Amino acid sequence: MDGWTVFILDRYNYWIVIVLMMLGLYTVFARGNLVKKIVGLNIFQTSVFIFYITIGKVAGGTAPIYIGDELYGGHGDEGYGDKGHGDAHEAAPHDSGEGAEAASSLHAKIENEFGANDLKAAVNALEPAPVGETPSEPSLHSAPEGAEIGKLANDALLDAAKEPATDFEIVGEAVKAAADAASAYHSEVIYTNPLPHVLILTAIVVGVAGTAVGLALAVRIREAYGTIEEDELEALDSVAEFGEGGAPKSAGARG
Amino acid sequence: MNLIAQLPVLPVVIPLVLGPIAMILPKGRAPWAYATIVSWLTFAACAFLLAEVEDKGVISYALGDWAPPLGIEYRIDLANALVLFLVSGIAALVTPFAYRSVQLEVDERQTPFFYCALLICLTGLLGVTITGDAFNVFVFLEISSLSTYALVAMGARRDRRALTAAFNYFIMGTIGATFFVIGVGLLYQATGTLNIADLHDRLAGQSSRVVDAGFAFIVVGIGLKLAMFPLHLWVPNAYAYAPSAVSAFIAATATKVAVYVLIRFIFSVFGFDFDFLGATFTYVLLPLGLAGMFIASLVAVFQEDVKRMLAYSSVGQIGYMLLGISFGTVEGLTASLVHVFNHALMKGALFMAVACVVLRAGSHSIQAFCGLSKRMPVTTWAFILSGLSLIGVPLTVGFISKWYLLEAAFAAGHWYAGFLIVASSLIALLYVGRIAEVMLLREPHEEGQYAIPAKDAPASMLVPMWILVFANLYFGLNTELTGGLAARAAEALMFMAGGQT
Amino acid sequence: MISPALAIGLSVGLPLIGCLAIWLFDKAPNLREGATLLTAVALVAFAIIVFLAVGEGGSPQLFLFEVVPGLPIAFRAEPLGAMFGLIASGLWFVNSIYSIGYMRGHDEKNQTRFYMCFAIAISAAMGVAYASNLFTLFIFYEVLTLSTFPLVTHYGDEKARNGGRVYLGVLMATSIGLLLPAIVWTYAIAESTEFIPGGLLSAHSEALGPIAGVLLGLYAFGVGKAALMPVHPWLPNAMVAPTPVSAFLHAVAVVKAGVFSVLKIAVYIFGVDFMRQEGFSTPFMWIAAGSILLASLIAMHKDNLKARLAYSTVSQLSYVTLGAMLATSMGVMGGAMQIAAHAVGKMTLFMCAGAVYVAAHKSLVSEMRGLGRVMPFTFGAFFIGAISIIGLPPMAGSWPKFLLMLGAADAGELLIIIALMISSILNVVYLLSIPLQAFLKPKPGMEPRNEETWYDGPLTTRPPYADGAKNVIREAPAFCLAAIAMTAGGTLILFFFSDPLYDYLSPLIAEAGRP
Repeated sequence: MDGWTVFILDRYNYWIVIVLMMLGLYTVFARGNLVKKIVGLNIFQTSVFIFYITIGKVAGGTAPIYIGDELYGGHGDEGYGDKGHGDAHEAAPHDSGEGAEAASSLHAKIENEFGANDLKAAVNALEPAPVGETPSEPSLHSAPEGAEIGKLANDALLDAAKEPATDFEIVGEAVKAAADAASAYHSEVIYTNPLPHVLILTAIVVGVAGTAVGLALAVRIREAYGTIEEDELEALDSVAEFGEGGAPKSAGARG
Repeated sequence: MNLIAQLPVLPVVIPLVLGPIAMILPKGRAPWAYATIVSWLTFAACAFLLAEVEDKGVISYALGDWAPPLGIEYRIDLANALVLFLVSGIAALVTPFAYRSVQLEVDERQTPFFYCALLICLTGLLGVTITGDAFNVFVFLEISSLSTYALVAMGARRDRRALTAAFNYFIMGTIGATFFVIGVGLLYQATGTLNIADLHDRLAGQSSRVVDAGFAFIVVGIGLKLAMFPLHLWVPNAYAYAPSAVSAFIAATATKVAVYVLIRFIFSVFGFDFDFLGATFTYVLLPLGLAGMFIASLVAVFQEDVKRMLAYSSVGQIGYMLLGISFGTVEGLTASLVHVFNHALMKGALFMAVACVVLRAGSHSIQAFCGLSKRMPVTTWAFILSGLSLIGVPLTVGFISKWYLLEAAFAAGHWYAGFLIVASSLIALLYVGRIAEVMLLREPHEEGQYAIPAKDAPASMLVPMWILVFANLYFGLNTELTGGLAARAAEALMFMAGGQT
Repeated sequence: MISPALAIGLSVGLPLIGCLAIWLFDKAPNLREGATLLTAVALVAFAIIVFLAVGEGGSPQLFLFEVVPGLPIAFRAEPLGAMFGLIASGLWFVNSIYSIGYMRGHDEKNQTRFYMCFAIAISAAMGVAYASNLFTLFIFYEVLTLSTFPLVTHYGDEKARNGGRVYLGVLMATSIGLLLPAIVWTYAIAESTEFIPGGLLSAHSEALGPIAGVLLGLYAFGVGKAALMPVHPWLPNAMVAPTPVSAFLHAVAVVKAGVFSVLKIAVYIFGVDFMRQEGFSTPFMWIAAGSILLASLIAMHKDNLKARLAYSTVSQLSYVTLGAMLATSMGVMGGAMQIAAHAVGKMTLFMCAGAVYVAAHKSLVSEMRGLGRVMPFTFGAFFIGAISIIGLPPMAGSWPKFLLMLGAADAGELLIIIALMISSILNVVYLLSIPLQAFLKPKPGMEPRNEETWYDGPLTTRPPYADGAKNVIREAPAFCLAAIAMTAGGTLILFFFSDPLYDYLSPLIAEAGRP
């Protein structure tokens, strides 16, 4: 396969996102029916959901649900939400710049802290490091957090199997290091980055709420006008404003 | 738990938790009185917060004790403390004001929902302002927008066009919010963080297509929300057909908050290291700001509907804010922030005056304003004074805005922009003067559709309106709060953005 | 004794209190007018205190507060301002007397609003007079514009609306569109808007460069109240107002605030020496000269007396602008004296026009034939005023013309001298013709019968005033006449006391040596 095809096929998920996005937007603008507009809007939003999920995906990663055997000593009842944070805060050690080592030491650290059963404290304890530091090298440090590294590593691994990377400019050196990091803990459990999932759950809720409002409005418009076709609505409004035939009429300006 | 320690979260929590309770109150006075008290509480919290920030500097509050950047951070510096103060202040005035107006314009059965939606909208606006988390901005933006759609649609009792207006607003608003969220997603992809301060650190020096695209999506998304010309098409109808109290509220707050978000993203997230910024200033914000100032203002001159005229004028005024931002200097940013504050005061007062007229005349057509000075003198003078403020006459806040803007324009070497600013003020003179002339010099309609009883608006409306009018005059003389704080806020933002201070 | 600084504050504040009192006595006309007169008397007293204090070499100042850091609302009296303050307050007193006669004689509506707006306007005029910086001046300048708008549109009919529209449109457009940017620009260059003897901007000449001319142009046209052509249309349009408004505001307070500002900007912002050295004021000198002649030419064919006077005012105001733009000390002095002389003279003319309107309901010059015979006092005063405006001794108007010509000679502009001469001749034509017609021509209907009708019968002309007592034209109300007498006397007095005035104003040109 030549470079072009690879370039396109490698990013099939983004193409899906873009196609859906354009379809959705086109529907919103081109359709006169209010409900169809809402449908278009939903397609548009769905593309964004997919986009976010794409961001979070790590090759070979499993769903970000806590697997008990990885962190023996962890408590099952810590549950899903905490797991998300647990995964996210793996980020912190990576920021110290040492790929593989960091990953393993991190793991040890997490074990300890899980043993102490104070996840929140752990997060907070780890916290100040990434914010305060200034980037010293272009590699992992300026690269995204741990969760993100997983993804980059994912890309790197894929590319390694095919041709030299034609990836994001930002990756650069980071890819290799990330690949190391990822492989270092490939022996453990790889999770898909949960944060985008959480975000998109929120976005879905927002989207559903929006759809509800939109549909409710469509219903009310149907009640008030007897139609939900945009051009008919405009015609009715202009009749209300200017009278039949578009001739300005002073009375009846108020609908 | 110490309440003071939790102060930063109160502006969001108070209306969010207490707001929905309004829904279960019996219709009538109860929801209104309740909402009024809640809005005052919120205002008190915001005022304390402003004092606190002014005193002690930036406040960072980790929500649920999850430390940033992983947890959601509420980060309050002078810029957003000022906007918080403004938004909650307007809410604290509009809510008591709304009673009579809502009684007339909204179906009585809906009043509990109305006040609930108003408080939720307030929550969203305050949340957008206060939060230091990019995704959180989106969530709050949608909270405020969704409730605003509902509020606008409630105007359907008087005019069914409110429904289509709300629907259009809904479509545009959702597209805007989704664009914004795409942008945030791209930034997340590039940096792996959502915390605004952290984003800034990680974006430093980064320039890639991902970041560029994210920036573009965010600017367009926010541009839709803030009614940047030519993305303003939802504004005129939404403002015109919403219940008058809602018009007053959203005109004074919603777009201002969006401007704040734009400022926050441009200066706190991207900063001057970001290559795209200069081009955005020169080729997007500056021309669009100028175009808005002129085109929207000119359209305003020819409106027969006063609310719609004010809506177009809002689009024009937003042009000033964009212009201020686009200078990329401390003075320009100060001018923008000052104008955000001042414009909220004048537009709030103007829409309130229109609400009073609607209450008595049942219409916001220019015809209803004929001879108003003989029928409702108190309202008339409130309208005229805030109208003068809109033009930018000395002793009013509008003048202070113009002064800051002009100074910024000349200091930034954009002297032609200075003349364009005053030229567009003259267009404001045209449309305000037109209404003023009708009010002062025409004879009132004695009978027919636009006849007005010779009775001024009730005190519950006049008092909040005149508080705003006096604020228009007071802040026109004492600029310590507006100009002083805005200058400090702008310096802090500029410092963060790495521009010259 | 009130300190001069306090007097400045009270000059601005008292009329506002008076305004409140007027509002409170809405239903009691006598008390209401009493409040006006009382305020006016007190105001004159304050103005005299300030005037004397300045005359003793002091410069009382009053600092209110800073609006924006570096931009205070502050007052400082200097000779020019003190003189303008005295003129404005003194003539307000005269005008108040006149207004009472006029408004009652005419049975006007909305008299309370009228007096209230008047009080606010005079407060703003005093603010302009004593302003110590451009920012303060601009604020009161705008207040003056807005407070006079209800006065201009007092009648509220279609004509008043149109006039008011032009009035407000031109004044606001120039002040916001040109003056405000000019002030901000000045502030951006000099970081101050303070009036400084010798010129604020002269210290920043290198930063200014070629902008100086642009800036001066912005000021010259931005101060629309100075009615430099082509920003004059507001003035003729303002004539839809009741005559006391035209008399006071559009012969004294408003227009003089305009030319006063121009003069003050020339002297204290640019500096006369600076302008002369750089020579950037020359184009505006020619514009002012052109304005003088053009306005006079237009005035000649105006039949409406007030319109004619309005164009005469446009012309006369440009004398002051001309004086400022000559950039010589004599020019500045001429301009300053012109402010005083023209105020008194033109006010006399306007009040006479009003008196004619009240007494005879005549507003067209062509209808005034023979009226002088029934209203000798009014037209006598008109004659005096006209002579003063033309610049003939022994009236006040002669000195400024003389000084201006001296100034033009100093500047080596002979053409300007010729222009001034032509203008005076034009003045003679359009002003003196009015009293001459009134005195020398017979009344319509009273002229000797012509050939055809001569033989209709014996010489029994219709008795005069045959239409009944209603049409009998008498002299104007006493209130009006008293006021007219005061100003007409003023023109005479000012002629003889011009030397003290010259000395008083001389600090204005202390820095600028005669070239």
